[in-house]
Parts: sequence; C-alpha cells; structure tokens
Amino acid sequence: MKEERLSARDVSYTYEESADPALKKISLSIEAGEFVAVLGHNGSGKSTLAKLMNALYLPTEGQVLVCGMDTADDSRLWDIRRQAGMIFQNPDNQIVATVVEEDVAFGLENLGVPHDVMVPRIKEALKAVRMTDYAESAPHMLSGGQKQRVAIAGILAMQPSCLIADEATAMLDPSGRREVLDTVCRLNREKGITVVWITHFMEEAAQADRVIVISDGEEALTGTPREVFRQVDRMRELHLDVPHMAALAHELREEGMPLPEGILTVEEMAGEVMKLLCPSN
Amino acid sequence: MLNNITLGQYYPVKSPIHSLDPRTKILLTVALIVAVFLVHSLVGYALLLLFLYAVCRVANIPFKMLLRGLKPLRFILLLTFLLNLFFATEGKPLVQWSFITITDSGIRHAVHYSLRLLFLVMGTSLLTLTTSPIMLSDGLELLMSPLKKLHFPAHELAMMMSIALRFIPTLMDETDKIMKAQMARGADFETGNLIARAKAMVPLLVPLFVSAFRRAGDLAMAMEARCYHGGEGRTRLRVLRMGRNDLVAALCVAGLIALLVLEGLLLPGGLF
Amino acid sequence: MSIELKQVSHTYSEGSAFQSVALKNISLKIEDGEFVCLVGHTGCGKSTLVQHLNGLLKPTSGQVLVDGEDLNGEHVDRRKLRQRVGLVFQYPEYQLFEETVAKDIGFGPKNLGLDAAQIDARVRRAMERVHMDYNKYAQRSPFELSGGQMRRVAIAGVLAMEPEVLILDEPTAGLDPRGRDRILTMLEELHREGGTIVMVSHSMDDVARLATRVIVLAHGELVMTGTPREIFTRPERMEEIGLGVPDAARLCAELRRRGLDLPEDLYTQAELKEHILRAWKEARRAE
Repeated sequence: MKEERLSARDVSYTYEESADPALKKISLSIEAGEFVAVLGHNGSGKSTLAKLMNALYLPTEGQVLVCGMDTADDSRLWDIRRQAGMIFQNPDNQIVATVVEEDVAFGLENLGVPHDVMVPRIKEALKAVRMTDYAESAPHMLSGGQKQRVAIAGILAMQPSCLIADEATAMLDPSGRREVLDTVCRLNREKGITVVWITHFMEEAAQADRVIVISDGEEALTGTPREVFRQVDRMRELHLDVPHMAALAHELREEGMPLPEGILTVEEMAGEVMKLLCPSN
Repeated sequence: MLNNITLGQYYPVKSPIHSLDPRTKILLTVALIVAVFLVHSLVGYALLLLFLYAVCRVANIPFKMLLRGLKPLRFILLLTFLLNLFFATEGKPLVQWSFITITDSGIRHAVHYSLRLLFLVMGTSLLTLTTSPIMLSDGLELLMSPLKKLHFPAHELAMMMSIALRFIPTLMDETDKIMKAQMARGADFETGNLIARAKAMVPLLVPLFVSAFRRAGDLAMAMEARCYHGGEGRTRLRVLRMGRNDLVAALCVAGLIALLVLEGLLLPGGLF
Repeated sequence: MSIELKQVSHTYSEGSAFQSVALKNISLKIEDGEFVCLVGHTGCGKSTLVQHLNGLLKPTSGQVLVDGEDLNGEHVDRRKLRQRVGLVFQYPEYQLFEETVAKDIGFGPKNLGLDAAQIDARVRRAMERVHMDYNKYAQRSPFELSGGQMRRVAIAGVLAMEPEVLILDEPTAGLDPRGRDRILTMLEELHREGGTIVMVSHSMDDVARLATRVIVLAHGELVMTGTPREIFTRPERMEEIGLGVPDAARLCAELRRRGLDLPEDLYTQAELKEHILRAWKEARRAE
C-alpha cells in the first residue's frame, strides 16, 4: 500500500456566521502521487475542504492529517503549510511582491530559508513552471495563466509534497487553463507531487486519477473519471455536467446503441462508433 | 490600459548611482540636506549645483528631470521669495514705496531661503529618481530596524508599502473598468457642480472599496497559506550589501561637506 | 437598429513609448435580431472592439455608425446612445454598489431621469427577464447573494436601460455549470423575443448553442466571419489560430477521417446523435 498524504476523518466544518455545516462528516484518503479532482457546484463545500487541508481552517469535528501531521497541532503549523501548498482562484490576489522572483521567494523568506539556499530553489521552481524568462518581470504585466504559474512556482520552491488548487483555472481563458493544468499534470508525473484539483470544469476532472464529487457538504460520488462520468443522470441531479462525449454516448445508449460505458474523449468515441458501424475494420 | 504607469518619479536606467545601496542613498541625502544649511554664500550654492549636476551625469539622468521636479513647487518658491523680500524689517532700506519696504537683508533672506528650498527639493528628487519605491521601502525598513526594540513596526510598514505598490496598478485597472461600466449605465462623472460630482463618485467608490476589501481578504489568506507570520525569523531574497561604490559616494559627499564648511569659514556671511 | 464599423483601428497610448495597436482596420455590421459571438484569444482586441460599439472608446481611425449616423460625430448625444446599446462588462457583479437589489438595478433608469413608478416597472421587468423573483430579492442587499445571482442582478441593471442591442463580455466567466446554464438560457430567451445580442465568449460550445453569426478576431484583425456552421466546419483553420471547435464538430471531422459517410457541416450534439443513429440503423439493416 502506498503512503497516505492527505486524509480527513469524519470531518465537519461550520462557519461561525452560519447555522448549517458547510461540510458534513467527510472522510477521504489521498495517497502519495495521486491526482485527485474535486467537483461540485458553488457552495457545495469543496473550497472549504481545500482550506481544511492547509490548516487555514480547522475542523469543527473530526481530524485532518497532512503527511501524518494533525492540522490541529499548532506546533506543526508551518510544516503543514509547507507540505500542502495551496493556490487560489484569483491570480491577482495571491501575488505579494512587485517582481516575479521575489514573489516566488515569499514562502521561503517566511520559513527563514538562508539566502544561498533560496536562490537555486527559486531558479529551479521558475524553470519547472517554464517562467525563467520572466524572473524579473512585474506580475501585473503577465497573463492570467502566467500569474498562476508564478503562484505554483512559489509553492514549488517550498518543496511541498502536495499541491492543492482551489479553482485555479476558473478565471482563465482556455489557453491559460490548458497551460496551468498541463504544468500541474507534469509536476504530478515528473516530481510525484500529490495534487488535489478543485474545479467545475468536467474536462479537467476527466484527466485526474480519481474524482470526488461533493454536494451539500457531503461526498456524493467517487471513483475514476470513467466510473463517475458514466453516471450521467446522477451528475445532472447534482447540477453538474459530464464531458460532452460522455453525454453523447449516454444518449446514444438510451436509443439502443450498444456503446460501452466510460467513453470520455472524442477519439474514444470515434473508435467505438466505428467499431459498431464498420465491424470489418 | 494602465499597464505602463511609472510610480513616483523613479527614472529606470542603469547607473552606478542607481545600484548604490538604498540605505547609503537615504543617509547621504540626509547629509546633503544638512549641508544645504551650511551654505552661506553664492559660491557655496554654485558648488552644490555643480555637485548635483555631476551626480545627474553619473546617474544617467537628464538634468532637466531634476528641474522638472521643481515645477509643482514654483508657487511655494515664489511665495517664499516674496514673503522674505517684503516682510524683512531689519537691514538698510533700499526701496520704499507706499507700505512696501525692501531692505538689503530682505533681499539676502529671500535669495537664501528660496535657494535652500530649491536645493532641498532637488536633493530628495535625486533620491527618488534613482531609487525605486520598493528599494526605498527596503532601505527604510533596514535603517529603522534598530527601532524594533522599541516596538516600532518597521517590517510591517515596509510590507504594507510593498503590497500597496504591488496593488496600485491592479486597482487602477479596476477603477477604469468600474467607471466605464457605470458610464454604460448612464452615470455621469464629468458634469454638474461639486456636490453632484461628489455624489456621482459613490457608484465608483463603493465597488472599488468592496473589491479592495475582497482582495485584501484573499491576499491575507494566500499569505498565510505561504507561511507568513510577520517579520520574525524572516530571511530575504533581496539582500542589501554596501560595496566599494557606497564608500566612494560617502567620501564624495563628505568632501562636499568639507568644502562647504571651509567656504563658510573663509567667506563668513559674504553672500554677494 | 444596426451598428456598423467602417475600417476601425484603435491604438492605445498613441504617440507614447507604450503605444500598442489593439484593432486594425475592422469593418463589420451587426444587424437587427442577430446573435453575434465574438471569439478570439485574450488580447486579440475583443474587449476593445465591444467598447467601440457604445462609444466608450473612440476609434483612432475609421467610423462607428449607428443606424447610419456617426457615433463620434459632433452633435451626437453619446449618453443617449449608450442607453440604446447596453454593455455588460466582464465580472459585472463587481460593479454593484447599492443597498438593495432594486436600487442597484434602478440606477440606470434613474440616470435616464425616469420617475419612481417608471423605474419600479423597469426593475420588475428586468428582474423577470433574468429570472429573479422580485418579491424575494428586490429588497435584499446584492452583496448577500451568490456569485451567479449577483451576476444576474448586474445584467438586469443593464437590461433596465431597455437597450436595443445588448453586448456582453464573457458573461459566463468563472461560473459553475448551473450558473453558466442559467445565463445562457436567459440570453437564448432574450434573443428569441427579438433582441439583438453581441457576446464575447471563449467557450465554443456556448457559441455553437447560441450564435447566429460568429466573428473571429486574431491580433486585432478580423480573420473570419460566418454562421457557426461555416466557422466550425473548418476545424483546421480554427486550430491554426489556436482556437478550438465544439467537441461535436471535432467528432464529426474524426469520424469522416475514419471513413464514415457524414455531412461535413455538423457541429451540434443533437445533429450528430441523429446522424450516428441513422448510420447505425442502416448498418444493422444491411447485416
């Protein structure tokens, strides 16, 4: 069995100003190197879940563990936040410094990392997100996708084991979205960083190893993208889409066409349709 | 499209003066200000002017830029001159016309005080022209850090300054956008009397404040997530180091001050 | 009402060191009753273009004609014109400022100098068009609403001006699927009732669902215009510009490449479903 990186045990969370809990008895376990997508519509509690994984919030009930450390343990706070780096939705509101490389340095400065250790780490982090050429640029001159990559570099420099992205692509255009998701996928594959990817874009979730669907503060569905997206009716009940090809396959199946379940991409769809229509090929 | 605004007066070129440690520049500017008060003769002012001109040349800044900094102050300069000219009571009267009396020491004071003001402004302009706001706030933080023992929030002030600098372009963009959006709903920011115009600002200011608060909340969360916990135990990427050039600069200013003191001793009170 | 752009160019900060060309020689015409979608990369000039349509920006050269009249002519009342051409900016919820939803939506009509009864009538009508219950929401603070609801209030604020043309800059950006669908359904209804709509969008699926005409911009130039069918059946050209086509159009192209006999101009899921089913039934009969 693989090592557990993030886990929640019967976690509930209630905001101070509200009566109803935002999360109700959620339990989950995320292993080292996994890429987990968390889906849910606005107000489902998925953002709250992200903030619990970085000790920004502490559970009202239950326990959250980051690399074995209890987030309620105050003495491990900085270690927890270093291990579970987090990027947020609005690219403008998470960049602190007026120069890119200084922003990447921000976390390291806070951790008190010595200057001569800092410099190579920043270089490496910027290289990993392919922003080396922009090291001395002013953040407000960058595109949304580039800003998010700088934010990711800021996390990478701290050498975390997990990256939690809270709707990091929601405010980007399609090319920015692709460049950020590609960057994170590459880091997951090459550096083995565990990724928790919170989103409401189904095509993004389709690239994950595992999808968790949250609705009304509870886990509604979980499984591989294929397992989750074939439940078209259930997903619609939860006010979520499924990728277009999964939806089309579902409709065709309902008309009697014997397409297999779990189709997600255009290529898969084309392949399966051709198998049925021209079995000779 | 407010992407390309420059903040303050900073003149972004590369030069030995630009690359001096901001602490050196701040301290030497203070020294220069003190030196201005040592000057008692036109020869001294000529020396100062020569010095400022030389620094401009080394800093790759057109001397015009330095003079341009005086423009907003032209009325204050004129006022200083006139007040000193007309309201000096001592000295030998030179011109008397109705209630106006101009004395010789009046003229001397007028010239003196205006020139002092002129040089004070030019000296500090030189600092802000050659030092970016962020370096300036860094330098001030370090200079004031001994005061931390007295619970003076040097780090916090510098952090606030740096965040303000980071968000000014963002908020300017936002202002432009909100303004246009409200204009599209028929808002009028341009006509009407003062009260009408002040009232017309509400649809601009409320969203701007709401947005600034939202950004502040987001930013605080993001900073915390990246382990920010105040200035304690923090290291810095940008390390300020004093080098040979800083020493050279300090010696130059020391030399200037020595010359000015000497001039004061050799030409006591000899303005003209 | 028609809006026509004649060889419009726009350069920001012209003459300064930071000069940048945003639009180059654009000519196009938007006719009554159209649903025009503007697509292109960020920075291609879409947002600059829409601000020309109601006179918030003036062309550096060229003309913007509204019903044949030069928008930037000397005797044109631009405020009156802005009322006829409503513009909804990106993330419009960030421009809400009033204490109540009703007051905020009423801001535009109030600026038009209408009396209280007329304003109230317009607020009610606008709320109905964005599917917000007047009795439930009118007296609430807009800042207490969810993101999707705030956006609908902001759109209602522009609808309350009762413009003849409605322009929206990425009205679904940042919303979840449910919020997105609500906005699109609403726009569909507005168009069906005869409204002229111009929408900037990044989502080709939204474009395929709504547009009667698509305008493609790249680097400040107009590179293609046509019905969605014409545009989306040239996936190579769109990919070249770095824009995609709807998944259904890609599937159609892919199936044709693999030898299936399909018409080449399918781009909606419903059409494709029908054609695949028909082909499958024929194949079964043949066996």
